[in-house]
Amino acid sequence: MKTVLPFIAVVILVLLPLFGVTVAHQTQIFFGVVVPYTAVAVFVFGFIYRILQWGKSPVPFCIPTTCGQQKSLPWIKQDKLENPVTTMQVVGRMLLEVLVFRSLFRNMKTEMKEGKAVYGSEKLLWLAGLAFHWSFLFIFVRHYRFFVQDVPTAIQLMEGMDSFFQIGAPLFYMTDAVILGAVTFLLVRRVYLPQIRYISLAADFFPLFLILAIAISGILMRYFFKTHIVAVKQLAIGLVSLNPTIPEGIGAIFYVHLFLICVLLMYFPFSKLMHMGGVFLSPTRNMANDSRIVRYINPWNYPVHVHTYEEYEDDFREKMKKAGLPVEKE
Amino acid sequence: MAKLPKPEELLQINYNPPPTEDWMDRPVELKQGNFCWGAKGKNLAAVEFPNARDWTPVEADWKLPKDWEGTVLEAMADRLSKYRSFKVFMDICVRCGACADKCHFFIGGGDPKNMPVLRAELMRSVYRKYFTTAGKYLGKLAGARELDLNVLKEWWYYFYQCTECRRCSVFCPYGIDTAEITLMAREFTNLLGLNTDWISGPVANCYMKGNHLGLEPHAIMNSIEGMIDDIETITGIRINPSFNRKGAEILFVTPSGDLFADPGTFTAMGYMMLFHELGIDYTWSTYASEGGNFGFFTSNEMAKRLNAKIYAEAKRLGVKYIIGGECGHMWRVLNQYMDTWNGPADFMEVPKSPITGTVFDNAASTKMIHVTEFTADLIKNNKIKLDPSRNDDLVITYHDSCNTARGMGLLEEPRYIINSVCNKFHEMPDNTIRERTFCCGSGTGLNASENMEIRMRGGYPRANAVKFVRDKHGVNMLANICAIDRATLSASMDYWVPGVRVTGVHELVANALIMTGEKERETNLRGEPLPGKGGNE
Repeated sequence: MKTVLPFIAVVILVLLPLFGVTVAHQTQIFFGVVVPYTAVAVFVFGFIYRILQWGKSPVPFCIPTTCGQQKSLPWIKQDKLENPVTTMQVVGRMLLEVLVFRSLFRNMKTEMKEGKAVYGSEKLLWLAGLAFHWSFLFIFVRHYRFFVQDVPTAIQLMEGMDSFFQIGAPLFYMTDAVILGAVTFLLVRRVYLPQIRYISLAADFFPLFLILAIAISGILMRYFFKTHIVAVKQLAIGLVSLNPTIPEGIGAIFYVHLFLICVLLMYFPFSKLMHMGGVFLSPTRNMANDSRIVRYINPWNYPVHVHTYEEYEDDFREKMKKAGLPVEKE
Repeated sequence: MAKLPKPEELLQINYNPPPTEDWMDRPVELKQGNFCWGAKGKNLAAVEFPNARDWTPVEADWKLPKDWEGTVLEAMADRLSKYRSFKVFMDICVRCGACADKCHFFIGGGDPKNMPVLRAELMRSVYRKYFTTAGKYLGKLAGARELDLNVLKEWWYYFYQCTECRRCSVFCPYGIDTAEITLMAREFTNLLGLNTDWISGPVANCYMKGNHLGLEPHAIMNSIEGMIDDIETITGIRINPSFNRKGAEILFVTPSGDLFADPGTFTAMGYMMLFHELGIDYTWSTYASEGGNFGFFTSNEMAKRLNAKIYAEAKRLGVKYIIGGECGHMWRVLNQYMDTWNGPADFMEVPKSPITGTVFDNAASTKMIHVTEFTADLIKNNKIKLDPSRNDDLVITYHDSCNTARGMGLLEEPRYIINSVCNKFHEMPDNTIRERTFCCGSGTGLNASENMEIRMRGGYPRANAVKFVRDKHGVNMLANICAIDRATLSASMDYWVPGVRVTGVHELVANALIMTGEKERETNLRGEPLPGKGGNE
C-alpha cells in the first residue's frame, strides 16, 4: 500500500502531461507556463513560510549533542568541531554536517553473532546519501545553461568535468548515472531491509519515485528521444525573463520532465524534504556548548513554586537543632 | 513480579520486524518486567501534580481525567510553540533508519518500537493528525493516527522505556534527539497523572526533604558519620566535614545515592578524604542535598523547581562557588539547564581552585565545576601524593555516562584521573565509549526492581562491551562518574558479566591518595586487603 500508491501517483503524474500535450496542443501553455510559475511561487513562499513557522518557536535551552571533548582545562585538547564553544566552531561543525554528512558517516550496523552484539562498518547509506545529494546539486546547477544565452565558464567547466570520459554523443554525464544508482539504492534498501521497510511511510516512497522519474525523463530526453534543444532553451529563457513563449517542436517528454520537477517543487515545502532547511535549525547541532560560560536565556522562563529553605527549616527545625545543625530561626 | 529470564533466554533477539505488518496495527501490550508501577496519589499531590490518585498500569481503567485527549493536544500545541527542537524534530525526519539499531533497548530487546525513529513516530503520527493538513485528510496514508487510549498506553509504555541517553542523536544526520521527544511525552503523561512510582516518589522526597531518598537532615549526617568512622578505621585519620555552614568557600553537592548505598558510599568517602587532605573550606548542605534531578524525568517545570535549591542554598550560605559530584543526568541539567532556569549566579565568583589557583573559565557563568575537573587539575599540578599500586588488584575499564558524554563532553578528565591513580586500565571498543557510549539501561528513573527485564535488556550493550574487555584483558572493575550507574551497573554486571564490580572514580582516587599522617593502610575503602597486604596474596 505505502509502496504501490506512491508509485501509481507518480505514473499518473507522468501520464498527465504526456497525454495533455499530445492530445490537446493548447495545454502546452498550462504545462509550460502556468504550472512552472505556480510551482516556483509555491516553493519559494512555502519554503519561507515553513522556516518562519519553525523560527517562531524559540529555543529555550542550550542543548547541543556533544560528540567530543569539552573545553575545560587548558591542557586538555578540546574537540572543536564535535564540541564547539565559539560561533566559528559551530559553523565548522555545521559545514561538516551539511556538506559531508558527518553524523551519518558514524553509522554502523548492529548484528547478533554467536550470542554477542557486534557493530560492523556500514558506510553505504552515507555514501549513497552523499552521492545522491551531490549529484542532484551538480545536475541542478548544470541546468543553468538553459536559462542564459551565453553559458558561463563555470558551468562549462562543470559540464566538462561531468562528461570527463567523453563517451557517446551527446556526451555522457557521470552524474546521471550516479543519481540513478543512488536513488535506486535508497529505494531498494527501503523495500528490502526489514527495519527500514517497517518504519517507511508512503511519504518516503513518493519522493524517491518522483525523483527517479525526473532523472529518467531527463536522461531519455538527452540520450534517446532527441529534443529540440534550441526550443527548450527559448522556453526556459522566456520563463525567467518573464516573457513566456511556447516554441514549436518541443517533444512531450520535455513536458513530462518539467511537470515532474514542478510537482517536486510544490511538494517540497510540505514534506520531509524540508530537512534541507530544517538541518540548519536543529538545536542539537547548531548551538555552542557554552552554557556554563555564558548564561543562555529562555524567553519564556517563568517563576515556579519552590520549597524554600525557610519552609524546610520549619519542617525540620527540632531535628536539625538536635543534630547540631545551624538554624536561621531558633 | 515477573520472573527475570536467564541471560541466554533474553538474548533470543531478532532485529527484523515482521515483513508485512504495519506498526500502527500492532496494539501495545504491557509486558510484565518492562514497566514500572504507577505513581501513588500522595506523591503527585505533594508536588501539586494533576490527577493525583493511585493507579495501576495493568488495570484497564487508568482513571484518566475528563477530556484527557483535549489536555494532551492543548499541551502539544503549547510545547510546539515553545520548543523549536520539538517542532523541527516532528517535521524533518526522513526515516533513513540510521538510528534504528543504535538504541540500547532495541539492541538488547529487538522490539521494533524501540528503534528511536519508531519511538518518535509514535508521537509524530499523532502530531500529523492534529497539526498537519496532509495528516488531517489523508490519515493513515500520511502516517497519521488519532489519539486514543491505546495510543496513550503505547506512549506511556515506550516513552518510559527511553532513557533520554541521546545516542540516537549522535548518529542522526539532522541531530534529531529522541530525548527531546521523550521529554515532551513525559510532560503530557504527567498532565494526566501517569507517572511511575519510582520517579514520583523521589521527586516528592526531593521537593520536601531535599533529596531523592528522603533522607532527613539528621539521617544525612548519620550516614556521613558512618563513613567517617570507616575512613578512620582505614587511615587512622578523623575528618570533620561541615553541614549548612555559612561563609564556607565551596558548597559541595552530589547525588544522594552516594550517601546511601554501596558502592556509591565509597565514592562519597573518596570526595571527603580528598577534600580533607587538601584542607579546603567546603560545606555540605542538607537542604540542597541532591545533585540529581528526577524532576527532569517528569516535566521541565518540576525539574526547575527541584534544581532551584542549589543556587538558593549557595546564596544563603554565601559560598564563592559550587563543586558537583559524580553524576550523569545531574550534569546534563547543570550544564545545559540550571543557569537558564535559576540563574544568574552573579552572587558567586568564577571558580578558582584554592590549591592550584587555576581559574575555571569554562564555568564562568554557572559557577559550578565537576569534581573530576577539580581533581584532574590537582593531579596535573602535582598537588596530591598518589600511590597507584594500591589499586593494582583492579583491572579497570571506564564507562562514559550518557549525559556527561553527550550533554557535556566530559571525556578526558575522568580518564586522566584514572590513569593517574591506577596502573591497569583498558578501554572498551571504540564503538561503545565516549560519544558512542551505551546507557546503563536504567536512566531517567527506570532503575526500579519491577522492570528488571527491560533494565537488563537495555543494559546488555554496555555489559557486552565490558565482557569483551573482561575476556581480553581480565577487567574486573567498571569505573564511572554516575550515581545511577553505580547502582544499576552493579545489577547488570551481576546478571551479564559476573565478577566485574562497579566503582566511582573518586573511590579509586582515595585508595591511591597518600594522606598526611595516615597510618599504614591495610585495606581499601571497601575493607578488602590492599594488594600485597592480604593473607592470600
